Amino acid sequence: MKKIFVAAILASLAFPLTAQDVQKQIDRYRELLADGNPAELLEMRGEDLWKQKRGPKNASMEACDLGLGAGKVAGVNAVLPRYFADVDRVMDLESRIVHCEVTLQGFTMAELTKRPHSLNQSERQTDHEALTAYVVGQSRGAKVNLPQSHPKERESFLRGEKMFFFKGGPYDFACATCHGVDGQRIRLQDLPNFQKADNAQRAFTTWPAYRVSQGAMRTMQWRLLDCFRQQRLPEMEFLSPASIDLITYMGVKGKDGTMDAPAIKR
Amino acid sequence: MKIKFLPFAAVAFVLFTGGCATMQPGPTAVDTSREVESLARRFPPGAKAPTDAEIVALLKASFKDSPSAKLDRLDQTPLQMACTEASRSGKPLDEKLRDGLQAAALASVKYPADGKYLGDWKRGKAIAQNGRGLQYTDKVGDVAGGNCYACHQIDKKEIAHGNIGPSLTGYGKLRGQTEPIVKYTWARIWNSHSFNACANMPRFGDAGILTEAQIKDVMALLLDPESPVNQ
Ligand code: HEC
Ligand code: HEC
Repeated sequence: MKKIFVAAILASLAFPLTAQDVQKQIDRYRELLADGNPAELLEMRGEDLWKQKRGPKNASMEACDLGLGAGKVAGVNAVLPRYFADVDRVMDLESRIVHCEVTLQGFTMAELTKRPHSLNQSERQTDHEALTAYVVGQSRGAKVNLPQSHPKERESFLRGEKMFFFKGGPYDFACATCHGVDGQRIRLQDLPNFQKADNAQRAFTTWPAYRVSQGAMRTMQWRLLDCFRQQRLPEMEFLSPASIDLITYMGVKGKDGTMDAPAIKR
Repeated sequence: MKIKFLPFAAVAFVLFTGGCATMQPGPTAVDTSREVESLARRFPPGAKAPTDAEIVALLKASFKDSPSAKLDRLDQTPLQMACTEASRSGKPLDEKLRDGLQAAALASVKYPADGKYLGDWKRGKAIAQNGRGLQYTDKVGDVAGGNCYACHQIDKKEIAHGNIGPSLTGYGKLRGQTEPIVKYTWARIWNSHSFNACANMPRFGDAGILTEAQIKDVMALLLDPESPVNQ
């Protein structure tokens, strides 16, 4: 049933832009949100991928330790990024998924990080996006509570905090320029203020998200890549140290929020 | 089950450009009401505070160098460094430091050699709408826009405006076209830090975002009595 519904929505993407009555459209959009999220299809594809034997080692991802023990998927996104003793560093969800694909399945880092994000709605979503969608979906309802007792976890937060306020580039922007004041908007887009617990919770718990304007689900790594683009900094490397520290910072700020991702966004 | 044929892209378009929102002027400084944490909680045993040098090194290791956006964008100017610290700590700049930074910014302003400050408001309108420029996805030499609407209300008819900066509606009508106003506005656009060291407005002239001719055009958008901004 849901598949038919989603297919209908995807087919309608080709319609011309005729909308005039703003409020009516927003109401319909809201109604739709309650009905279903196209990311659910991707979650299903991700679940199949997760359980499939893949890669040179012909293994599934089911033995992957995402932070709550090998094979445990439920709730992991609410405690990530966190410290992993086997690599002696802090990893975010997407780094850990890639790590397991390398160690369990035998894929190379280079092939997995070459093109993690699909380009646009006309292109099939990547396996990385599907796996991330599946795992994140298994955290719905979990309370965000990133561990901060290991020194490396705390240091990741402290670095993330400094990076959040780091002003640089030709526009002199920091994350805090756009996300440090209440009630700020760029054009009509509301900007969460990460110094406010409720704002930070909403932002952290709703990513990854299905982006209606792009017809695709986007991961948190993509969100940072795109905000750094708006900040006029160079192109962020996938799984880079800065990305992990910033996600730690946002996750700690979003403590006690309830995971509800992949969400649906404009 | 219900099957709805709703043009998704249309909704996205509407949410992006339409919708109604309260239009209060935005705050201009970064909020300082950050939670005050005890030192013991901030630094559990074994955790060290990162140094500024470590942060720059980590950032440089986190980005790709490309011709349109080089890694030297991570090298902070003294002003960027001072304003980073001010916003992080919530403490305003030391007065002397602030005055020095503002004086240096004002000294960077290049006024038009031909003495003409106002161009064509119609071209200025397009420049104010255009959000392109200086992203790694742009090409070297691409013409940038001013993206003024991202942060300012300007023409009342354009409802898709942000609120990081104050409303500029009626700017010329309210302030007139006297020389001090014209020169102030030019300097404000060329290097906004001339008047507020840590202002969250890009240095459109100083950083080479807009050309002199483009700045004349947005000047006209704000100051020309014919401009829709002043109707
Ligand atoms: C120039 C302004 C700007 C800067 C700088 C910026 N962002 Fe954003 N950010 C945005 C906009 C605009 C959105 C909303 C996007 C949308 O609705 O499509 C956003 C959205 C987000 C979201 C998702 C919020 C949600 O509730 O969906 C997160 C998380 C985020 N930004 C983090 C960051 C971080 C971390 C940085 C610094 C690396 C940063 N941003 C820098 C403009 C900015
Ligand atoms: C990233 C947001 C941002 C953008 C983009 C931006 N501004 Fe601003 N602008 C501000 C802020 C913030 C202030 C207030 C500065 C302060 O705090 O001193 C401001 C102030 C101004 C002022 C002074 C207003 C007054 O009352 O004296 C003018 C004029 C102005 N901007 C024009 C422009 C023009 C023209 C553009 C486009 C070329 C533009 N701005 C783009 C953020 C922005």
